[in-house]
Amino acid sequence: MSDFLLEAVHITKTFGEFAANDDVTLRLKPGEIHALLGENGAGKSTLVKMMYGALQPSDGELRWRGKPVRIANPAAARALGVGMVFQHFSLFEALTVAENVALALPDATDMAALATRIEQVSRGYGLPLQPHALVADLSVGQRQRIEIVRCLLQEPSLLIMDEPTAVLTPQEADQLFVTLRRLAAEGCAILYISHRLEEVKALCQAATVLRRGKVVAVVDPRRETAASLARHMVGVDVADVSTRMVQALGEAILTLDHVSLPADGPFGTALRDVSLEVAGGEIVAIAGVAGNGQSELFDAVSGERLEGVGGSITIAGHGCAARGIKARRALGAAFVPEERLGHGAVPDFPLSHNVILTRFAVDDGMVQRGLVNLGLAGDVAGRVAGAFDVRTAHSDPEARSLSGGNLQKFVIGRELDRRPRLLVVNQPTWGVDAGAAAVIRQALIDLARSGSAVLVISQDLDEIFAIADRIAVISRGELSDSRPTGDLDREAIGLLMAGAHERGASERAAS
Amino acid sequence: MRLVLERRAERSRLMTWLSPVLAVALTLLAGAVIFSLMGLDPAHALYVYFLEPVLWWWSLEELVVKAAPLVLIGVGLAVCFRANVWNIGAEGQLTMGALFGSALPILWHEFQSFPVMVLMLMMGALGGALYAAIPAYLRTRFGTNEILTSLMLVYVAQLIADWFIRGPWRDPQGFNFPKSVQFEGWQLLPTFGDGRMHLGAGLALVAVVVLYVLMSRTLKGFEVRVVGTAPRAGTFAGFSSKRMVWFCLLLSGGLAGLAGICEVAGPSGHLQPAISPGYGFTAIIVAFLGRLNPAGVLVAGVMLGISYLGGEAAQIDLGISDKTAQVFQGILLFFILACDTLILYRIRLLRSQTAYGDAGR
Repeated sequence: MSDFLLEAVHITKTFGEFAANDDVTLRLKPGEIHALLGENGAGKSTLVKMMYGALQPSDGELRWRGKPVRIANPAAARALGVGMVFQHFSLFEALTVAENVALALPDATDMAALATRIEQVSRGYGLPLQPHALVADLSVGQRQRIEIVRCLLQEPSLLIMDEPTAVLTPQEADQLFVTLRRLAAEGCAILYISHRLEEVKALCQAATVLRRGKVVAVVDPRRETAASLARHMVGVDVADVSTRMVQALGEAILTLDHVSLPADGPFGTALRDVSLEVAGGEIVAIAGVAGNGQSELFDAVSGERLEGVGGSITIAGHGCAARGIKARRALGAAFVPEERLGHGAVPDFPLSHNVILTRFAVDDGMVQRGLVNLGLAGDVAGRVAGAFDVRTAHSDPEARSLSGGNLQKFVIGRELDRRPRLLVVNQPTWGVDAGAAAVIRQALIDLARSGSAVLVISQDLDEIFAIADRIAVISRGELSDSRPTGDLDREAIGLLMAGAHERGASERAAS
Repeated sequence: MRLVLERRAERSRLMTWLSPVLAVALTLLAGAVIFSLMGLDPAHALYVYFLEPVLWWWSLEELVVKAAPLVLIGVGLAVCFRANVWNIGAEGQLTMGALFGSALPILWHEFQSFPVMVLMLMMGALGGALYAAIPAYLRTRFGTNEILTSLMLVYVAQLIADWFIRGPWRDPQGFNFPKSVQFEGWQLLPTFGDGRMHLGAGLALVAVVVLYVLMSRTLKGFEVRVVGTAPRAGTFAGFSSKRMVWFCLLLSGGLAGLAGICEVAGPSGHLQPAISPGYGFTAIIVAFLGRLNPAGVLVAGVMLGISYLGGEAAQIDLGISDKTAQVFQGILLFFILACDTLILYRIRLLRSQTAYGDAGR
């Protein structure tokens, strides 16, 4: 009998050329709360999905209580004793708590008995739930309890939690920690994924840190500082910081003054009091862990969301409170959203029609007396494809048939072709191969050097250090002051990402 | 060995046009099976149902009479569905159009000069559009599902019409039959041929041409297609999805209303409780069979018109219920939607179960 409950030994998982996990080893002891740390895209979800049977490793093996196992699917994982609470819940709002739980159980169940058990278990672990309440009426925290109780009813020996506190208030989070400690004391192992380093320090006895698919450290977080953990996460091999000459800057082209925006749905993050200025000639980058308000910031700046925006947004000297995205484009602004397919481009449309999407209101002759000039759109599509080396199987293919990198070059090229005075781009090289990424970064730098203002929202610190003149960090919807790239290192940014600049962060850490 | 649906890189142009043909073929096959289960000779039954209606001049004229409202409503719905706005209540908008358009000839029977026809057509379109404005308002203001509201409003419209026809608008000299006074002069649409084909067919052709140009060449048509296939991209382009809901419902409601008044002022010549044999619902099938393309709708309208005529012929010649028409229409819609899967997917035969490790990604 081994000391370990679950071991992932030399696990490799490749998707095509890309190794999401590369020789990863992680060992979990019974009764241990073990943190899995890493930036977005570091390979945490891939690893966890293999432990839960949703993916199969390409190489390496999983061992359960010392014996090799193949976890064929999530049902097999549950039978083994692995429970998982996902970040995004899978609950039916129109059903009651008990009905939702019953749906997850393998066999037909006596509803009355189940309701009693739910009440007992949930009260026993300090997660009180009313079995007959409608899920639609419950808060996010209560919904998470359902997911947890659903797992607990199957008496798991390992509980995997994916960023459980991301959606909780501090008070709800505290209550969750009590429950988790109690579970651990009963011998249940907990694999805890989080970006909140203070939380990990307070809760976990061990931490495995992933970076770019590899294990870079296995540490005892109680002996570490938030700063040292952050350093492990983002890496100490700091790329040489950009020292390119910044010419005299032009006037501010984009000004955000105390901008706020309510969250868009339960998994969104509200923007709070965001102020920022981007001048002609510079690239300002906004770093941060995903889901900290980046998409809300993009929506507010682009004008895709107008309702509920507080504070003021000024583009090229014009207040934009009442101006939608079309009017902002007319002021010389251009936008590239994070999601290429379905947001930045219509998947079913050929590239020429996708040119019209962002340019019908700003190009002379694209639309004449209500009629679309398809010939001109085709010319522009050809020009963009030529200038940015967009490789296509035949002329004017549908957007969906392009590879991620090629489509991203097209979507960015479509805007750059306009020579915009302001470019706002969210995740310019997300999921793009290295060659295309280099082309895109060079194009952004060239645009800024030609006198335009560029705002880049990115989760890739390498990218940010490579191209940005100034960096600000967004965390839980709050934006830090921006500082010149040369004054910052990864450690400082890592701390800011973990929320060191937030108002109230200090009180929370103290409590 | 198992069959899998595999996503194509691009939409197949071939399947876009082959799918409705395949659907029609499968419908005929299913029809043959149903007829033989009913103890009829399938070949003869299909002949009576689908061929006989197009073999005689008079029945071709009758086909135009049936196809005109289907096409008129169908093109409006095609635009609607393209924009992902699900107006299922064209039948109600048709009823309201008939009611609004009939107000003039019923309340002011002496007004029989040319302008009355123009006014009646305008009132008909207005009635349909106003009635479609109800689901549009509910959707944009409260986020109500327009499928449900527009559908339920059909029955409301029919009850309102019924009340008018049996109540205040009943012909005083009509021996208590539930019908309005007979329309006279320009209150009736001009007719062609042997006397059943009327101006509605011309209006349907005009609507097809106008909406074809709208959808293929104009910015508005572009907007409809963007908002329909990728709403997020629509917002990004700067198109308002709320205004799109209004545009689509008013347009399709107006055209359905126009079809309604054309039915009353055309073939019937008076208002009666049964204004349409379900044209508003059948037009949904017309829109889909026509690939949500105005030109395609024209062809599809004729085909569905045949199913109505065939239903009548089958009732007389074969002695089966006229509900078979609805059965065929339902089967056809089912097969179109099923065959449309092949536009974006291809069927592949897999020899053995491969490693499914990457499937979850």
